[in-house]
This record gives sequence, C-alpha cells and structure tokens, in this order.
Amino acid sequence: MHIKEESVGRHTLAILVDNEPGILARIAGLFTARGYNIESLTVSEISDDHLISRITIVTSASAPVMEQIIAQLDRLVPVHKVTDLTALGPHVERELALVKVRGTGDHRIEALRLGEVYRARVVDATTASFVFEVTGATEKIDKFVELMEELGLVEVARTGIVAIARGAEAA
Amino acid sequence: MAEKSGADILVEALCDLGVEVVFGYPGGAVLPIYDALFKQKKIRHILVRHEQAATHAAEGYARSTGKPGVVLVTSGPGATNAVTGITDALMDSIPMVVITGQVPTALIGTDAFQEADTVGITRHCTKHNYLVKDPARLGAVVHEAFHIATSGRPGPVVIDIPKDVQVATATYQKPGPIQHKTYRPQIKPDLKAIETAVDMLAAAERPVFYTGGGVINAGPAASQMLRELAKISGAPVTSTLMGLGAIPASSPQWLGMLGMHGTYEANWAMNQADLVIAIGARFDDRVTGRLDAFSPNSRKVHIDIDRSSVNKTVRIDLAIVADAGHALDAMVKLWKARQHPKPDLGEWWRRIEGWRAVRCLDFAEGGDAIMPQRAIRALYEATKARAPIISTEVGQHQMWAAQHFGFEAPNKWLTSGGLGTMGYGLPAAIGAQLGNPGALVIDIAGEASIQMNIQELGTATQYRLPVKVFILNNEYMGMVRQWQELTYQSRYSESYSDSLPDFVRLAEAYGWKGIRIDAPGELDDGIDAMLAHDGPVMVDCRVAKLANCFPMIPSGAAHTDMILQAAEVSGEMDDEAKALV
Repeated sequence: MHIKEESVGRHTLAILVDNEPGILARIAGLFTARGYNIESLTVSEISDDHLISRITIVTSASAPVMEQIIAQLDRLVPVHKVTDLTALGPHVERELALVKVRGTGDHRIEALRLGEVYRARVVDATTASFVFEVTGATEKIDKFVELMEELGLVEVARTGIVAIARGAEAA
Repeated sequence: MAEKSGADILVEALCDLGVEVVFGYPGGAVLPIYDALFKQKKIRHILVRHEQAATHAAEGYARSTGKPGVVLVTSGPGATNAVTGITDALMDSIPMVVITGQVPTALIGTDAFQEADTVGITRHCTKHNYLVKDPARLGAVVHEAFHIATSGRPGPVVIDIPKDVQVATATYQKPGPIQHKTYRPQIKPDLKAIETAVDMLAAAERPVFYTGGGVINAGPAASQMLRELAKISGAPVTSTLMGLGAIPASSPQWLGMLGMHGTYEANWAMNQADLVIAIGARFDDRVTGRLDAFSPNSRKVHIDIDRSSVNKTVRIDLAIVADAGHALDAMVKLWKARQHPKPDLGEWWRRIEGWRAVRCLDFAEGGDAIMPQRAIRALYEATKARAPIISTEVGQHQMWAAQHFGFEAPNKWLTSGGLGTMGYGLPAAIGAQLGNPGALVIDIAGEASIQMNIQELGTATQYRLPVKVFILNNEYMGMVRQWQELTYQSRYSESYSDSLPDFVRLAEAYGWKGIRIDAPGELDDGIDAMLAHDGPVMVDCRVAKLANCFPMIPSGAAHTDMILQAAEVSGEMDDEAKALV
C-alpha cells in the first residue's frame, strides 16, 4: 500500500486576528493538526492600539482543502477576518531579505554590482563583507541569494511573504 | 465598589450564570477556589474520583439538561486528566466550561510542582481557552467563556487561573449581554436558501432527512420542528448516533440509525435517495463509508451552524449555515405558508418497505446464552414507560444499544460518538442523574469499558444517586475482537478481558447492589430487581461471548456493501482496508 497525494495550488492568505498571547500557536497548530502545510508565515501587529495583528500565510492545497482551511481559520474565536488574496485577484507579494556576503577583490566588486542590479541596499559593510537588504517577490530574492552563493554568501535572513490586494479597497 | 478575591469573583460569576452543579477534584492550585465554594450555598460541588470522570459527568449533565457542564480541577495532572473529556466534548459539540488551577503567575514556565502548560495542551481540544493573569479580567472572561461554550456550535472552553490570581483582589460587576467583537455565530438562516431547500424537498421523489447531534443541541424545540417537517413532507428520517431521539423511534417514518452499524433500510435509502437533507450532522466517516460511493445520485442540502462542516468531506449542493432549530422552523413555516400538498412518495416508501422487510436487526437466539441484543431489548421493554436516560460506554454494547433501544425523545441518549471514549458511560450517567434527579438513568456498559472509570461507583454512593449500570459481559473487548475476527482471521490479540473482577462483589464493596444474570431465564427478573432497588445497582449480565454486531459496513466500503450476517465474511482484508479505522 502507498500513500496517495492530491494536486494542489498555492494560496496567500491574510488573516486579521486579536493580538493576544497564543494566537500564533493557535493558527500554526491548526495547520499542523489538520495536516495543512505552511510555506511562509509572517505576523505583525498593525493597529495603533496594538490590538490587531495581520498574519500572512502562504499555503498549498487543493480547492476543497483550501475552502476548509479558510472555514477552520474563520471559526477560531480570536480571528476577525480571513482573506484568500490569491482567490480575490491581483495582489502584491513582497519579501525582505538580509544577505551577508564575505569576499575580497573581484568577488566583492561583483557582489556590489549585482546588488545594484537587484536594487539591494548595503546596510552594513566591513572591508571583508557586506550585508544587503533586498526586497521583492520571492523568486527575485531566491535568485539574488543564488547569485550570492558563488560570491561568498555567509547567511540569509528572510521575513517571509507579506501581501496586500491591489486597488483602493481593503481586502 | 468593594474588591473581592479572584476565587470569590469566580464563584459569584458562576452563580450569576446560573450554575448549580460543578464537577471537580481539589488540589493545591485551586485551594482558594475550594475555600470560596466552602463558604457559599448556591453551587453544589460533586466530588468525583478522577478528573476525567468530572468532564464526562459534566458532559452527561449538559447533554441531558441542555445546560453547560462545569468542571473544576487543579493544575498539572488535574488538567491533563481532564483532557480526554475536553476532547470528547469538542468532538461531540457539548457545552462545557473547565476551570483549571495553575501555578502562581511568577512560577509559570519554571517547571514548578504540578505545573503543566494547560492552555498549550488544551489549545486544540477546546473551542477556546484562556489564561487569566489579572483578577479584574476574571469576571468578564468567565461570562465570555460561557457565551462561547453554549452559543453557535457548542464546545468546551478552558479557563486557566493561576493561584495568585485566585487570591489577589479586584472589583466584579455582572456584565450585560455579551457582544463579542469577533465571535458571532450565524444563527438565523438565509431565507433565500430556505426557499430553495423547500423547493427541492417539494420536488424530490426520493428524499431522506439525515439528522445529527446538532438537532439535539438546538434544543427540544428543534426536534419538534423536525417532527413537524417530517410529518408534512412525508419523507423518511435517519440519524447519526448522536442524533437519536430527535425523531421518536416509534415513528413509521423512522428508518433507524445510518452508517457503519446502521440499518439496512437507512443506508439503502441514503444510497438511493435523490435528495438528502442533512441537519446538524457532519458526514463523519462512520456515516459515509466509502466517500465516492456515498449517496451517489442525490442532491445534498446541508443545514449546519458550523461553516467548516460544510463541504468538509462530501460536496454539498445547498449549504444553509444556521441553527438547526431556526432553519427547521423556517422550512416548516414556508412549507405551510405555501400550502404545499404532501408529496406522493408512495413508490419511494414501497422501496423502503422492501429494505425493511430484510429485518436487518433480527438475530438468532443463543440457546443457553443470553444474546446481547436480547438483553438490550428486554431492558428497553422493561423501562420504556419510564422514558429512561441511557448512557453507554464504547464498543459493541454501544452499537447494540443504539440499534435495539428505542429513543422517543431528545436528551435521553448520552454516548461518546466522535472520540469514542471508553469509560464515558458511568460518569455521564452520574452527571445526568444530578441534572435529572427523578429520572431513571442507566449506563449500558461493557465489561472492559466500565473498568476505565469504575472508581466513580464511589461518587454515586456518596451522593446517593440511584444510577444503574447494566454490563453486557462477554469477556472480550467485543468490538476489537469482532474486527480481529473479520479482518485478522480471528487472531485475538490482547482483546480478551482477563482477570475480571467479581462485579457483584465489587458493587457491594462500594455500597451498591450487585446482581448477576447468567441465563436467558433470569433476564427479566434480574432487570426487574435492578429497577425495584431504590439506589445504585450494577448488573453483571453474562452474554454470548462471540456475538458480532451486525449489520456492518466494513471500513472503506460502500453502503451497499453492508454485511448482514457473519457468514458473509471470511478471510483477511487487504492492506488498504486494514489501514482504515
């Protein structure tokens, strides 16, 4: 006997929640308990009074499972609103990465040049290293990190994806 | 306003919420609350013998009265012992509030004595949970917890209260009606959808109502509305294990339970229907069997208060997210307002009568041995006039009780459906007896399950609760043994109930009356003696050891692949079948 797998699509969810202790565990735990996957998760408070947080989750699921994920999230008591940005239509997704590169000579110059191409800002520099700050879609950051690997990549820190719907309205 | 201790605030809030009974067990981290309970007269505390039993007793109380069950346990092991019952209440949508003591705030996270991460452990087995760190918040949290536990799809809510918060003082004022900022369950149905549902019902040639625990949870009025809708539409009704009693078993429109151990007629009606109206039921795997063969030619209407139940396993044609009672009421009103004539379902009923004629619940008598089905029927005949409340443990006896005991009204049937928790029945019976002091309450048990919370015999004795425990003793974990017979060529691995206690003497040791029934000729007298005793009675009814529970749809099979007799089964299942539960 072998375990079967279903075809899946990638979805980006925006979840507005009460900013209370344990909320992240509640959301993440729901995903693990029900066997949903999380490709990326970001969270930060977004209101003046610090009462509301916005969680962005990127997940992969078949259409019926996606419907379940949203319904399951929606029934958690501290959840205000769940929006499937992918289903909603055009939206912007961005990620920020800090990329540390060590090197001298040609490698150092090439890293700096590529940084310019990718609109990466140098936020820390020593005579033997740079830290680049780069933002963009996930694929762009993947590519930048890949290029840096040849030029002395030391380590990478990434925020994960944040996303927002295009146009004048809130999602 | 005068300040009160957190413990006093808790007790006062519970009183304001109308709590009459708390099931609990004291310990270090709840001593201030127990002291506050000692000083008041309104709330009755029932001292159980194990925290798991407190939760099941609260479930039995809740299920039989419609009121939330309340549990009070200490930190650490008190809380972890309660987890099984909390999970049980989540699976079966039972309103319950569990108050757990916690180590003082300053000690949280230090691996203090009897510390457990209660909110962490219960996060995914509760509808919601709280850790209260400020006594000024406690009153509001308690009121909100009851609101969440009892409204929408009911469920368990845990309130974890550190010991210092129980001692520290704050003011408390009874809050007004709760308007929660995010939690707003949808109670009333969309009337457009109700219109469509009524159209579909009026046009259907082969309709069937498939009802569940949600109808019971919606209160007795919902069962009344279901009866009314069944009457005016003439459609047959089947229900899940949790839904028994919503329609009287004596109704000619009642098909019996559906699913794995449901009746032939109920499962064939579901399979052949052109319209299934599911109400407060969740298309659980025990009901659907093989999903791609489940009711293949029907359109499906799903009325449920929980949107996440819709389209979870079975695709729905029309979803109505609402309280079952409100939705049924709206359907009945619309049907009547339109003056729909009763549809002619003559052909459909003729087919159903054909399935009924199979008499799937018939069984062969066992000669010198009492057949367990016979014992249940004898118990039913002897008690039906008293409209008893029946609880069960989990296993064959549970299914036989569901098949052979007739339930005429809601809130009379207490069983662990979703989680399938052995040891549920005795504490649930205790809780039900406390909520219904004059009622006849019987736990139909198996000799294996009853041992999982047998210590509660002491609780019934202490509070003079005249509960009856009727054990179908076949010396096996019967359902395990049955599956081993059917799927593992009778290799009875660890399913024999060895070293059983003498249940009669055990009962007597706890101050109960003990009765043994050994032979078919003793059955009626034994039951009469049980009923005649004005106090708790344990009956050890020795039944046929190797009887199997049929009909049965094997795991992963279609409704139409139902096994009616043991002779139809042989050999060993393949790995695909073995992997299913």
